[in-house]
Amino acid sequence: MTSPSIIITNMAEGLPQFSGYVYPNERTLHPLWSVLIVVYPYITGLVAGAFIMASLVRVFKVKALEPIYRLALLTALAFLLCATLPLLFHLGHPERCFEIMMTPHISSPMAMFGFVYAWYLMAVLLLELWFDYRRDFVEWSRMASGPRSLIYRAFTLGVTDLSEPALSLDAKMGRFISIVGIPSAFLLHGYVGFIFGSIKANPWWGNVLMPIIFILSAVVSGMALCVFAYMFLCWARRITADMRCLDLMIRFLFYALVLDASIEGLDWLHRLYSAEEGIDVLKYVATSKLFYTLLIGQACLGTLVPLLLLGSMQIIGKKVAELNRRRVYFSSTVLILAGVLAMRWNVVIGGQLFSKSLRGFMSYKMEFAGHEGWWLSAALLALPFIILTVFVKYFLARDLPTIENVVPGATPPAAPPPARA
Amino acid sequence: MSENASQSGVVRRSQTAATGENVTRRRVLKSLAGITAGILALPAARMCKAAVQNGLASADSPPGYDPTQHKWLMALDVDRCIGCGMCVEACQAENSVPQGFFRTWIERYVIKKPEPESGKTRGETVVDSTNGGIGGFKPSAVAKEQILKSFFVPKMCNLCEHSPCTQVCPVGATFDAPDGAVLVDKNYCIGCGFCIQACPYGCRFFNPETHTADKCTLCYHRITRGLKPACVEICPSQARIFGDLKNPVTDDPLQRFITNNKVEELKANLGTGPRVAYAGLDEVVR
Repeated sequence: MTSPSIIITNMAEGLPQFSGYVYPNERTLHPLWSVLIVVYPYITGLVAGAFIMASLVRVFKVKALEPIYRLALLTALAFLLCATLPLLFHLGHPERCFEIMMTPHISSPMAMFGFVYAWYLMAVLLLELWFDYRRDFVEWSRMASGPRSLIYRAFTLGVTDLSEPALSLDAKMGRFISIVGIPSAFLLHGYVGFIFGSIKANPWWGNVLMPIIFILSAVVSGMALCVFAYMFLCWARRITADMRCLDLMIRFLFYALVLDASIEGLDWLHRLYSAEEGIDVLKYVATSKLFYTLLIGQACLGTLVPLLLLGSMQIIGKKVAELNRRRVYFSSTVLILAGVLAMRWNVVIGGQLFSKSLRGFMSYKMEFAGHEGWWLSAALLALPFIILTVFVKYFLARDLPTIENVVPGATPPAAPPPARA
Repeated sequence: MSENASQSGVVRRSQTAATGENVTRRRVLKSLAGITAGILALPAARMCKAAVQNGLASADSPPGYDPTQHKWLMALDVDRCIGCGMCVEACQAENSVPQGFFRTWIERYVIKKPEPESGKTRGETVVDSTNGGIGGFKPSAVAKEQILKSFFVPKMCNLCEHSPCTQVCPVGATFDAPDGAVLVDKNYCIGCGFCIQACPYGCRFFNPETHTADKCTLCYHRITRGLKPACVEICPSQARIFGDLKNPVTDDPLQRFITNNKVEELKANLGTGPRVAYAGLDEVVR
């Protein structure tokens, strides 16, 4: 737990990590909300963005993106399953976490998280996946053998009707849930932004644009993750990525990035122009304390460079060889993913690097071990990828046929899929 | 086929409409029964809610204490504070506050003289609060001849009318008591730290022993038994004035303080409605 380090630090008042005047209760070794709370909105944002990518296929009927539809949904699910873990590890009393749902305090932005999360998991993602996969589950349960068959049979939930009306109902329900899912995805992450935006005590956080910035950056990061996952999967399976799909994903990602960068720029423009109390503090934090993560990481490498790279691909993309295009796409998505992580860091940690007295500053040196250390955060960030690998193995398996052309490289060169039973 | 079905649907609906009288009566009776059951269940539900609240919410008040009959308030006289730090020490001892954290503390403000020909009325403001002011303050690092003025400001929970800390608590573990105190139920707090972030005054902290949020309770265990908070009791210069707005005593010090001083609030621009009344505040105090 955090207690010993906090006590030691507070006893050692006047250490160089504090400058100016910091309220006595703010003189702690690390901020109250440390790197775990950086990871939490990052993971939640990836969920929302990946879902939006999937919705482009279902709701907006963008046929070219069909190869990544299921991958995007499974990515969203893998990350959603881990979304609450950083919060849980952070709580002083994790054993009381269910009180948030049992006795929620309605006026708290955090109170409704349990409900929004449960809604999104149970009523949106799992349902949509089930309706989409039901036919395949039925057929796979007949084809596969051993425990795998049992798993697929269990996932049918006993509904094995493959008649035309039943399948048509599946499709209708899937689309309906997807339509409901888009505002739900916005709610899920807009709400996370509101957790910070609602804190008027903190001039860095208390901002009406905060939920919007969080939603937009979530869409950007989730789309980038889908591109990353698709390209990685294609590489791992030694198949060529569908360039039509990839180009289109990148185009959507570029548009989302333009929108996100504009709104974040507008936020800073407004802050600087209105120059309210505390602007000097914010300017100092942005240009000094967060120089590497905000100016270099988020603004330059995470936004400007990908904007230039992806923007130029929109103009001269057709003239660039596919391999080079893929290289540009891959490096841009990696930069964007890192940039959004840096953005989460800048918001969460940056908002705690100055005293609410607006007269002093704190520093943060991340711990290695401990429940607020970076290794746990890295593990929590790696966990969804591990879960996604399992999902891909079982639900995007190459040796099982699917009803649609939804598996990346649905016609594997080595072994054509067996005939449908 | 579907035409027939829709026709039969129309027939059924018209039949229902024709026999609507019976259905209406049944519906009315059902509704009445529902309303009656609801009304009868209301007191029971209220009793259950009160029982749950009594069972779940814990405060350090004695049995029989009625929080609705009191409205506690603290006033702080900046000009009287001598920065001895005894209030902070008393608070730490009375409430077993973990070392390094503070339910109340003293800040020293040193305002320097303006630079010659700077055209300003005052120079830089230097604030410090070494160990919260326990043991008093050493002489300021600012040279005496550079000081324009200097004063001490006691800080504590501002007992906000619209407390942002209670607003954001996800489980309602921190709450505004009817008597004006803002309390934390440490047996219920989940330790998320949201309230600590939401307090603009830095009055809350994460208690490393209980792993919950912690703050000034106005010495709730004392005031509910007719005693004054420890900090008020020990203050040698009567810089802290405490009273009950609903039960003023003869020549009430709190009423006198409010009458005789121009009182101000801290960070009033945030709309939190801080109730702690300060007299003699300077604009540099945050």
